Amino acid sequence: MRRLFHTQATEMALLAVTALICFFLATSTDRFFTLGNAFDLLNISSVNIIFAVGLLVVLIAGGIDISFAVAASVVQYVTALILAQIGGGSWVSGILIAGSIGILLGAFNAFLIHKFRIISIVVTIATFNIYFGLLMFFTRGVSIYDLPDWWTERVILFEREMADGTWAEIRLPVLVMALCVAATWFLIRHTTIGRQLYAFGDNPDGARRFGVNIGAMQFIAFGWLGLMAGIAGLIQAHYAQEVVPNALYGRELDVLAAVVLGGARLGGGRGSVFGCVLGVLLISIVQNGLNLMGVSPYAFQMIIGAIILLAITLSNSSIEKLIPFLRTDGRKQS
Amino acid sequence: MTTLVARTRRMLGPEMAGPVLAFLAVMLIFGTSSPQFLSRATFGSVAFQLPELGLLTLAMLLPILTGGLNLAVTFTANIAGLVVAWVLQANGGVDAGPAAFALGALLALAAGAASGIVMGLVIAYTRAHPILVSLSMMIFLRGLGEFLTRGGDVSGFPTFIRQLGHGSILGIPAPLLVFILCVGLWHLLLSRTKLGFNTYMIGSNIEAAHYSGVNTRKVLVLVYTLSGIMCAVAGIIMMARFNSVRIGHGESYLLITVLACFLGGVNPFGGFGRVIPVFVALVVLQLLSSGLNLLGANQHLATAVWGMLLVAVMILRWIAGQFGYLVGKRE
Repeated sequence: MRRLFHTQATEMALLAVTALICFFLATSTDRFFTLGNAFDLLNISSVNIIFAVGLLVVLIAGGIDISFAVAASVVQYVTALILAQIGGGSWVSGILIAGSIGILLGAFNAFLIHKFRIISIVVTIATFNIYFGLLMFFTRGVSIYDLPDWWTERVILFEREMADGTWAEIRLPVLVMALCVAATWFLIRHTTIGRQLYAFGDNPDGARRFGVNIGAMQFIAFGWLGLMAGIAGLIQAHYAQEVVPNALYGRELDVLAAVVLGGARLGGGRGSVFGCVLGVLLISIVQNGLNLMGVSPYAFQMIIGAIILLAITLSNSSIEKLIPFLRTDGRKQS
Repeated sequence: MTTLVARTRRMLGPEMAGPVLAFLAVMLIFGTSSPQFLSRATFGSVAFQLPELGLLTLAMLLPILTGGLNLAVTFTANIAGLVVAWVLQANGGVDAGPAAFALGALLALAAGAASGIVMGLVIAYTRAHPILVSLSMMIFLRGLGEFLTRGGDVSGFPTFIRQLGHGSILGIPAPLLVFILCVGLWHLLLSRTKLGFNTYMIGSNIEAAHYSGVNTRKVLVLVYTLSGIMCAVAGIIMMARFNSVRIGHGESYLLITVLACFLGGVNPFGGFGRVIPVFVALVVLQLLSSGLNLLGANQHLATAVWGMLLVAVMILRWIAGQFGYLVGKRE
């Protein structure tokens, strides 16, 4: 138990804070602690969690990616165009197309990073502008509302009527999110590749000397994020029932904040799927709670920003005091 | 003569190669493909557009030199602009006098400095990653601005504000004058002062800087404070240019400022990089945008080309590195 607290201090602290906030919201509002609200939270957070677990893999491998959200927009748009060309398609073809384009865009980042030894933040800021600029240029900002029926139709996996007549439902995005979370967890915790990703992120030189294939690591990490971004793009369009070219613009920084709040370290080698999911959920819960408490929606972002800033300050300063020489240098390959 | 060449070369530095090559390429390509490109109008529009992005890039530059990043630049600028706008409105709106503007500008600089001080303190004292600290500051400031303005515009300023955004002094646009003044200040700061030297020290190796007696915490706090103040200057210029303040103005510049720094040869890990190459890189970016505009493309294509230019410069640098490696081996 002590070991658990020691190795997963951030996750445990996050869990405690989340539990505290949930307890507070459950007692102070009557809507929060209902099945319907819990399911709503899951439905709303699904896309961000899919993004987050993808980004987590890149962060563990010591990289950073700014371009994934606009890559997902590109995937949405191109997938919609291809599906219109082939006359509709289905979930299988949709996931295949979106996944492949996502992997391709991620692999392009990995190629630039690995082949030309450019660090990931420079590459992904460049590709962010390339992807988004080209998308807006070719689409002229025009949205697509005419999507195939299977794509926009709500799929309800579980539903139950509540006492007050509302329906609590779990929809398709939650299932996809669960699959993505499970797959990522399996990849980084239970495969050799996962161990190598951690080793590579923690100490690239050391990993290379142990025979880890550096190029493969980059392609796996960014390819995985690309795959997740592709799936998230598909699911986001499903959820919103439309494809808007700049709908996901700006999402990358919010997801990044959530993932790092969940214990992943910019600089590599640390982070867990559990913490990452908790990070996204915590932000959603705070947002949801503020909403239920009747706080003006304009104040949400301000409060969330302040909470993240406070969380970083507290978590870093306490660790610093406990083990002063542990965190010598956070910047290896950010 | 040789000393002159050596001095010029030292002054230009190795970072200069990328931006200058890009500059020449842009001039050559657009100069031949579009007859209007090499005209007064093009350079006039560049001169008016450059300062907004340029001032924000200066604000981004200092933190990057210390190995950090300030993702809050655009929203710090917005908040500072908001402060000026309110002071002007409280003092009669359209009829406000220069004194009210001076007070507003001072308070705006203070607001920018405050945002920088908070980030600097957190980064310096908790060693939290600057990306994360400035990111949460960005989210906070964006929320604060949206909360205070309800997502709307604040406008209605006296006419002399328009002069600051659109007027010219001796044929040089007023915003450009402010920008060039700031470039000069930053250049002096980095090349002539102890703070500048310490900034490079910290960016190269913060531990070594600490052990050699640099008060790293103080320097970091100062760097982020100065960055915040430069954001405020950008915010005031942006307010004058758009003749309104809205949270989200210039949001698309955020990553472009980082791009401009890298294009200007600043090392992403910190420690290396100078102001003048960054300035040239900014001019290149704006010329590209104007040139594409003349050819009938829109701003979005320009954004994409900016990204491609960054990749191209990085690849060229890699090729040059490979070449240098081969040459070095032979000797």
